[in-house]
Amino acid sequence: MKKFILLTAISVSLASCGNQKNENSSGISIDGSSTVYPVTEAIAEEYRTVAPDTDVTIGVSGTGGGFQKFGRGEVAITNASRPIKEDERAIAEENGISFVELEVAYDGLAVIVHPENDWVSCFTVDQLKRIWEPSAQGNIKRWNQIDPTWPDEEIRLYGPGVASGTFDYFTEAIVGTSGSSRGDYTASEDDNVLVQGVSGDKYGLGFFGLAYYEENSDKLKMVAVDGGEGCIEPSAQTVSDGSYAPLSRPLYIYVNSSSLDNPEVIDFVNFYLTEASDLLDDVGYVPLTDEEYEREQAKFAAFVEQKANQQ
Amino acid sequence: MNNIRKNRIKDQVFKFWGIACTFLGLILLMIFIGSIIVDGVQRIDWSFITSLPSRKAERAGIYTALMGSVWILIFTTIIALPLGIAAAIYLEEYAKESKLASLLEVNISNLAGVPSIIYGLLGLEVFVRIMEMGASVLAGSFTLALLILPIVIVSTRESIKAVPKSIRDASFALGASKWQTVSQQLLPASFGGILTGIILALSRAVGETAPLIVIGALAYVPFAPESPMDEFSVLPIQIFNWISRPQHGFETNAAAAIIVLLLITFIMNGIAVYFRNRWQSKLK
Repeated sequence: MKKFILLTAISVSLASCGNQKNENSSGISIDGSSTVYPVTEAIAEEYRTVAPDTDVTIGVSGTGGGFQKFGRGEVAITNASRPIKEDERAIAEENGISFVELEVAYDGLAVIVHPENDWVSCFTVDQLKRIWEPSAQGNIKRWNQIDPTWPDEEIRLYGPGVASGTFDYFTEAIVGTSGSSRGDYTASEDDNVLVQGVSGDKYGLGFFGLAYYEENSDKLKMVAVDGGEGCIEPSAQTVSDGSYAPLSRPLYIYVNSSSLDNPEVIDFVNFYLTEASDLLDDVGYVPLTDEEYEREQAKFAAFVEQKANQQ
Repeated sequence: MNNIRKNRIKDQVFKFWGIACTFLGLILLMIFIGSIIVDGVQRIDWSFITSLPSRKAERAGIYTALMGSVWILIFTTIIALPLGIAAAIYLEEYAKESKLASLLEVNISNLAGVPSIIYGLLGLEVFVRIMEMGASVLAGSFTLALLILPIVIVSTRESIKAVPKSIRDASFALGASKWQTVSQQLLPASFGGILTGIILALSRAVGETAPLIVIGALAYVPFAPESPMDEFSVLPIQIFNWISRPQHGFETNAAAAIIVLLLITFIMNGIAVYFRNRWQSKLK
């Protein structure tokens, strides 16, 4: 029995002395999108070689979860695979948080079918919309409903779950309203599950990040998308110059202005914007052009200056 | 005669059906573990254990996640052990007949069935936000301690119940008070069983992901926790994170990390079996 009392006492005393650490911590806390996570992880890993004493921590609450913490001022930086929504912005402003939005990379959404699918090589945005819009639920069930020359077979759909920024982006770009989609498709937050699904289903159709196609190109077939200017396949080139429209999207980080009191945050963000283009290839994303990175650096520099002037 | 033969055949058929059912789970588990080992065992080496997370699969390691899991285990034990044992003693020895006790009993068995993510939400609100612990080892440990508390309470009560009535009666007959009987006789006699229950509960806790993700456990931490207020990651989160990466090298890493996690639970279960056996032979 004495042991228990001792152990409890230890835990309580450890807890109380631990409290002090949080207040003068010099770490950089990051949270947010799991899509952007590999980019930020790569930067954090590389940043340790120049600033080994700075502890960068990264969570994966998702874009929405990240903005929630960001709006409460709980994290310095949040990763986002879509721009901040109005209600999220309102919450941040209510809590007196000003922030800057920085683009850090591009991600292409690949539209994928089974390799034995020989009838489709290009979708128009309108066709994709007819497949995925909410009114398609229960109505569009067979391939030949989209194009009479396609087989009279059931079309089986695979896509990310509703909580992901990828889902928000796809529905916004294709259907026109963010989050508006049919519900009767196989959803998974794990893109590798979607890869498995489409690669094992001759009449399957799915969409997910380009990196997942590139790693599995032997068992999947990519479909070009016609956004009004002809059929264009996603590639580093077409995603970065924006010609793969509308399914190429920028990835963002958001920086809280009050976190700039910690000079390590400024240093880290600058490091991010200068080194990202060299590291992105490792994680399967497409870098911005040099001019675009310079534009984002200038934007951040202006934000830092504005903050300095306020004080 | 004919009827007897029929019944014997039925008996045999049922016996083999029973064997098939018993082995189904085991065989599936063997296939799973086998394929994990084939995928991951060559990836396990010292640098895998001692390296930080990395964007390159072949450089990445589990050091911080492993350390996080160890810290979480230690603090979950420290929190759940006294709470669970005290609650069980109260329910078993002091509150035996009352209406309150039966109400508590029903609630505790219900709590054991609450999905773990609900505990995560509770932990986020109470420990992380209201008690301002942040997404720390301590907040994670309190959350997991709550999660396993019902299991600890139930198994502790069972062990106390299993102490022969003669020991209790002898103690009372010698004039010992209730507290003396509990602390001098019942607890020492049932300690092996209590420990077994706690270790089994902990090996469930070490595999939990959902509640820890909800309270804000991290995916990338470049340091091992140094105090209970530090942020942390745990092995299941690292595994989940690696499985969802596009590069195939991470699948091997995930398999290797699963082997490490399985080893931890097997070792813990082994310790539990050891204590149970020792305790049983002691009682006889």
